[in-house]
Amino acid sequence: MLSPSIIQEFEQLCGKENVQHSNASKLANSYDATANFQALPDLVVSPRNTEEVSGIVKLCQKHEIPIVPRGSGTNLAAGTTPTKGGVVLLFRHMNQILELDEENLTVTVQPGVITDELHAFVEEKGMFYPPDPSSGKISTLGGNISENSGGLRGLKYGVTKDYVLALEVVLPNGEIIRTGGKLAKDVAGYDLTSLMVGSEGTLGIVTAATLKLVPKPTHNQTLLAVFDSLEKAAETVSAIIAAKIIPATLEFMDQGTIQVVEGYKQIGLPLDAEAILLIEQDGPEEIVASDMATVLTICEKYGAREISKAKNEQEAEDLRRARKDALSCLAQLTPTTMLEDATVPRSEIAPMVREIIRIAEKYDVRIHTFGHAGDGNLHPTAVTDARDKDEMKRVEDAFAEIFETAVNMGGTITGEHGVGEMKSSYLEWKVGPSGLAVMQAIKQAIDPNNIMNPGKMFAKSTRKRVVVHDG
Amino acid sequence: MAEAQLHVRIQEGFQQEVEEEKLLDCMRCGFCLPACPTYLHSNFDETQSPRGRIALMKAVRDGMLPFDDSIEESLDLCLGCRACEPACPAGVEYGSLLESARNVIQREKKHSVKEKAARYGAFKHLFRNQRTMERATGFIRFYQKSGIQALTRKTGILSLFPSIMKDMEAILPILDKSRIKKGHTYESTKRTTKIAFFTGCMMDTIFSQTNQSTVKLLQQLGCDVWVPENQVCCGALQGHSGELDLARENAIRNIEAFLAQDVDYIVNNAGGCGAFLSEYDHLLKDHPELLEKAKAFSEKTIDISTLIEKLGVTGRSLKLKDGRQAILTYQDSCHLRNVNRVVDEPRAIMQSIDGATYVELPTADQCCGSAGIYNLIHTEMSMRILDSKMDDVKATEAQFLLTSNPGCLLQMKLGIEKAGLSDQMEAMHLVDFLAEYVDVE
Ligand SMILES: Cc1cc2nc3c(=O)[nH]c(=O)nc-3n(C[C@H](O)[C@H](O)[C@H](O)COP(=O)(O)OP(=O)(O)OC[C@H]3O[C@@H](n4cnc5c(N)ncnc54)[C@H](O)[C@@H]3O)c2cc1C
Ligand code: SF4
Ligand code: SF4
Repeated sequence: MLSPSIIQEFEQLCGKENVQHSNASKLANSYDATANFQALPDLVVSPRNTEEVSGIVKLCQKHEIPIVPRGSGTNLAAGTTPTKGGVVLLFRHMNQILELDEENLTVTVQPGVITDELHAFVEEKGMFYPPDPSSGKISTLGGNISENSGGLRGLKYGVTKDYVLALEVVLPNGEIIRTGGKLAKDVAGYDLTSLMVGSEGTLGIVTAATLKLVPKPTHNQTLLAVFDSLEKAAETVSAIIAAKIIPATLEFMDQGTIQVVEGYKQIGLPLDAEAILLIEQDGPEEIVASDMATVLTICEKYGAREISKAKNEQEAEDLRRARKDALSCLAQLTPTTMLEDATVPRSEIAPMVREIIRIAEKYDVRIHTFGHAGDGNLHPTAVTDARDKDEMKRVEDAFAEIFETAVNMGGTITGEHGVGEMKSSYLEWKVGPSGLAVMQAIKQAIDPNNIMNPGKMFAKSTRKRVVVHDG
Repeated sequence: MAEAQLHVRIQEGFQQEVEEEKLLDCMRCGFCLPACPTYLHSNFDETQSPRGRIALMKAVRDGMLPFDDSIEESLDLCLGCRACEPACPAGVEYGSLLESARNVIQREKKHSVKEKAARYGAFKHLFRNQRTMERATGFIRFYQKSGIQALTRKTGILSLFPSIMKDMEAILPILDKSRIKKGHTYESTKRTTKIAFFTGCMMDTIFSQTNQSTVKLLQQLGCDVWVPENQVCCGALQGHSGELDLARENAIRNIEAFLAQDVDYIVNNAGGCGAFLSEYDHLLKDHPELLEKAKAFSEKTIDISTLIEKLGVTGRSLKLKDGRQAILTYQDSCHLRNVNRVVDEPRAIMQSIDGATYVELPTADQCCGSAGIYNLIHTEMSMRILDSKMDDVKATEAQFLLTSNPGCLLQMKLGIEKAGLSDQMEAMHLVDFLAEYVDVE
């Protein structure tokens, strides 16, 4: 609870209408898209500009109040649940596109701009901002930057960090710094831009960002290939890359997911297929045509039993539907959906999916997998019921084993969703004790009083490793 | 003490009536947020969003928070437009959750004076049956003649309504006694399809002209149109405001009235009513003895644009009368679009009219802020929504702004008046437009 006099200080700073503390406001900012995590803040503040953000941070520093920056609350790692209470910071007033620089191919935005709105804005001008998380119609760029979000186009175009050129950041002491610039090259000192990207609101608050744009591809083509075995699908993925083709999209769904999608949508997916690949290429017309011709030959050669090629954008969208609807169909299956994003090197996709199937059986839980096959980023998704404590425990154990398996294969516990609170106790598994110590030292140096999104990224203790089956 | 009891009663009510399974369907992905008018027009306030409202219902149900004014306000300000449903990838049945939550709150809580007056006047009397609605029409006719003061002095009710009543006065059509005969069948020459016509209480009084146009058009397309005698208001206004028992009574009466004859379709020309009629089976889910009939009723329910499209109206030659040229635009009825998912049919009809250019209104899929009697109770939010809607309407440069629901139509007329566009543009029901301006061969 914050005293009325402290609340008044916030009101004087940002205006009464931008400081909320009703039960409804607190509750509506107590959750994100992560199942099973929720905590109430004490105050919800919506600053109007960077100076106000700085003022809020100074106030919070003075009274040692935690600050939780919140975009649209769509993260899947319990990154915005105010675990230690405090102030939730909203960017509803800071949602303008500040500048489009066509000469330098950059765009400068405030953190509250919605991802898809930026897409539409730059594409209308013939430019392209590639990072496209599936949540783009509501996620904010502040959230994308702070999670270093990926998307369907990650394989060819990279992820958010590859497009962040410069940031304006309010540090935990209230000071405003500007990192990077509209520069293709810049080696002046430590790369603070990269440090801030993906820092999940634990090091400072992003108040503006300059992003890199590329020219908009003129053409694209889409196909869907159906496989009888996981291995064949995985070999196809490797063969496509080996043929020196980097598709814009190379997505995957396993049998469990196919069956669920077909159950809900009846779009004619074969229920006995073990895997489906969705492949897209974009670029100049001739290159798209020749790449996709090669992809088609490879799919045939590696035993795709059915290939559908889109003739126009409408058909392409129909083919994408199956993959895009995967999560929502799974979500309709049971009350609780737990989506993870363990990631392995591309070459390990088939063994990893087999392992996930084995682990799900071992713990007697339902886990279906889909994801970005091209970059090894899988989304094993448990369909369960948060009210069933026993099953939730087994789901947790199964995920622990999945994380460990991924790390052992040279992978990571999270490819694009972030650590948040949810995966904090696994972080050390990936980065090791020394890696963790470096990260903690950085956090300590920048935010000594731990007011920035406390309880996230770093856990009190690391989870004990499970014994991984090695047969 | 009294407060404490209230929030406990509401929590218990939620536990019994707001289905936990349906609340748990929400995975909090936030995909519904950009579809929600109250979220957008509150400058992205999560308490005014579907995800927020579902979380609030769940928190009250689970006892995480006590029901209080802030939570009530959030649920109150919901338009009930259900634009969040088609936007939701997880199939959350928001409309049903809201309905049961409001039912509990309504039952357990005494209403604020303003709302009580509106509810009392509107629901218990006006919409209960056709006769009182007709009497009320006389009332409004009187109001039209005598101006606002006289009536306010007489009843005291209108003074409780906000200032938009004044604006409303300017746009209310000249009231006309319904000329559609109940119990009568209007026969056609071809007699290919048999229709039961749902007149709707607002359509049958304030917009009785539209009903006449509807019957005529259907006859022209080869339908015998039977108007069941004992039909009553669909019950939507009651149902959406937490008077579920009243709504059920009306549903049962309508089912009896309409299933008395075997017809191909039960047609309506009011999107809001149609959606409610098509969900009678859901409304009566706890009445197993009626469920079969309710299902049969709901399945036969169809809206006028879907029906005339089925009857091949777009295949005929449709032409603006007198070689006229005009730009048309269209505001969806929320429930026609979001509940019955009728999107293409009215557009196909408008697009097939020679001489007319159809321009899509960019925010056609968003509620206009009318929402039953929302505009009378939450005037500020409603007018915020309407004003921004009118900016979009203006940009279409249309001469005709068409709709499929009486509430929307009134609100659009209000919007045109407020925006000072009355000399350039007219709001009409699609059917009236066809009757007045289009030659149907
Ligand atoms: C259905 C669904 C699909 C998804 N698909 C993808 C996908 O394809 N790829 C992917 O990578 N992710 C995906 N996500 C995860 C999520 O959408 C992304 O992490 C997204 O970037 C979060 O944006 P947000 O605005 O909701 O941020 P939030 O969830 O509000 O915040 C995310 C983190 O950023 C911090 N933060 C927010 N704004 C700021 C700021 N201005 N300054 C400092 N810190 C800040 C928060 O404290 C938090 O730690 C998906 C989520 C859902 C529900
Ligand atoms: S879109 Fe559906 S599942 Fe997602 S937050 Fe909204 S209601 Fe919940
Ligand atoms: S019914 Fe309409 S106003 Fe209410 S939450 Fe859904 S979209 Fe928003």
